[in-house]
Amino acid sequence: MIREFGPDEIAYLVFAARWTILLTAASLVFGSIIGLALAILRIMPFRPANLLALAYVNLIQGTPLLGQLFVFFFGLSILGLDVGAWPAAVTAFSLYAGAFLAEIWRGSLQSVPKTQWEASASLALTYVQRLRYVIVPQALRISLPPTVGFVVQLVKNTSLAALIGFVELTRAGQIINAATYAPLKVYLTVAAIYFVICFSLSMASQRLERKLHVAR
Amino acid sequence: MSLVEIANIHKHFGDLHVLNDVSLSVEPSEIVAIIGRSGSGKSTLLRCINGLEPVQKGRIVVDGMDVTGGVDLNLLRQHVGMVFQSYNLFPHLTVERNVTLALKVVRNTPKAEAKAIAAEMVARVGLAEKLQAYPDELSGGQQQRVAIARSLAMQPKVMLFDEITSALDPELVGEVLRVLEDLAAGGMTMLLVTHEMNFAKSVATRVAFMHEGRLHETGPARQTLEDPQTPELRSFLNAVLH
Ligand SMILES: Nc1ncnc2c1ncn2[C@@H]1O[C@H](COP(=O)(O)OP(=O)(O)OP(=O)(O)O)[C@@H](O)[C@H]1O
Ligand SMILES: [Mg+2]
Repeated sequence: MIREFGPDEIAYLVFAARWTILLTAASLVFGSIIGLALAILRIMPFRPANLLALAYVNLIQGTPLLGQLFVFFFGLSILGLDVGAWPAAVTAFSLYAGAFLAEIWRGSLQSVPKTQWEASASLALTYVQRLRYVIVPQALRISLPPTVGFVVQLVKNTSLAALIGFVELTRAGQIINAATYAPLKVYLTVAAIYFVICFSLSMASQRLERKLHVAR
Repeated sequence: MSLVEIANIHKHFGDLHVLNDVSLSVEPSEIVAIIGRSGSGKSTLLRCINGLEPVQKGRIVVDGMDVTGGVDLNLLRQHVGMVFQSYNLFPHLTVERNVTLALKVVRNTPKAEAKAIAAEMVARVGLAEKLQAYPDELSGGQQQRVAIARSLAMQPKVMLFDEITSALDPELVGEVLRVLEDLAAGGMTMLLVTHEMNFAKSVATRVAFMHEGRLHETGPARQTLEDPQTPELRSFLNAVLH
């Protein structure tokens, strides 16, 4: 029994997109914490910390995201840990986002001139105060465009979670397609929804950038 | 005891012996002009005094605080102001917030009081109307005067100035030097690296000539600049004055 691709199906897809957004958002929250910690470990004047963070970044960046996803979904269940698709996906995407955000933010932190560190040190600010009041605010502005660029990639990459059976936008598309046999309509709709999400992000970023520029 | 006591310090950058057995004592209200060729170690000497650079040997004591003996550098730096050639204002903060930042986060000065101090310091360098401006809205000379005000707000006992007029257009040098003269008249103790020989002659109490990492010749400013005793200082002065 083949269904028509109609308003109900479109609504189903739009509804499934909330899982794409939620997965992105959750990964972004945890990924930001990991990324910020790693970025600071990377620039700290303490070699072992630099190397530790670098090793992590290389490990994540040097292996396929799909592989990481499988490790957390299938790998852990072999070890007797039965993780569902959602926790496995959030874990994998958070670790993945952490590594990439760390590199973006490390670059931004390092692009703040060394003289800003020296000037704030000369005013008796502690290392953490220098970071918090002088370096990070300047790095934040520099890092906004590449960060949003990465988030847009992340939104699209969450489609890989479909492969461990997590029903987000892409998986929902597969399900509807199996029921309607209207792949063109289904996947164009799916693509359009991804586009709306990513385009809104870019727009928001540009607005924020303008605002930050006005406020320095 | 001197306010700044530098005793036999040695500083290496890898194989480079940048400071070689340098000793210098600075009394309260003294103004020491540090002169010398590029690469002779002038900036490094200043940067050792507030602990931006560690020394490998020797001792530096500032107002009883042993810089080389593990004093808390953030405590030391509350009493030692430093101004750089490139101003280094914080570009994301207004003039006012540039000046109040350290007061607020280091000294925990209440907001209203910090603002009052900022207004006073910024007025002192002649920029009262620029309190709410951002650094990129100011000329180089104005930025440098704000940088001085920012340091002064911490009420330092010693000020270190590293070629603070070198990056300025010639017509802006005067306004910054006038701020220094004003500080000198107020009895501030200063060490300043400078290429302004006339300024050194008229304002400094003492000249310290650095040559190849050594303190090669030192003496009262006017006398030393007009009648140098070593051939190295003579040839340096010839080079910069002609
Ligand atoms: N961080 C550093 N690492 C390695 N070498 C350095 C470093 N800082 C300074 N040097 C070297 O130490 C020597 C002294 O430098 P310093 O900046 O103290 O000279 P200076 O007298 O201030 O010169 P200038 O008039 O050009 O400012 C130079 O040869 C310089 O190249
Ligand atoms: Mg120098």
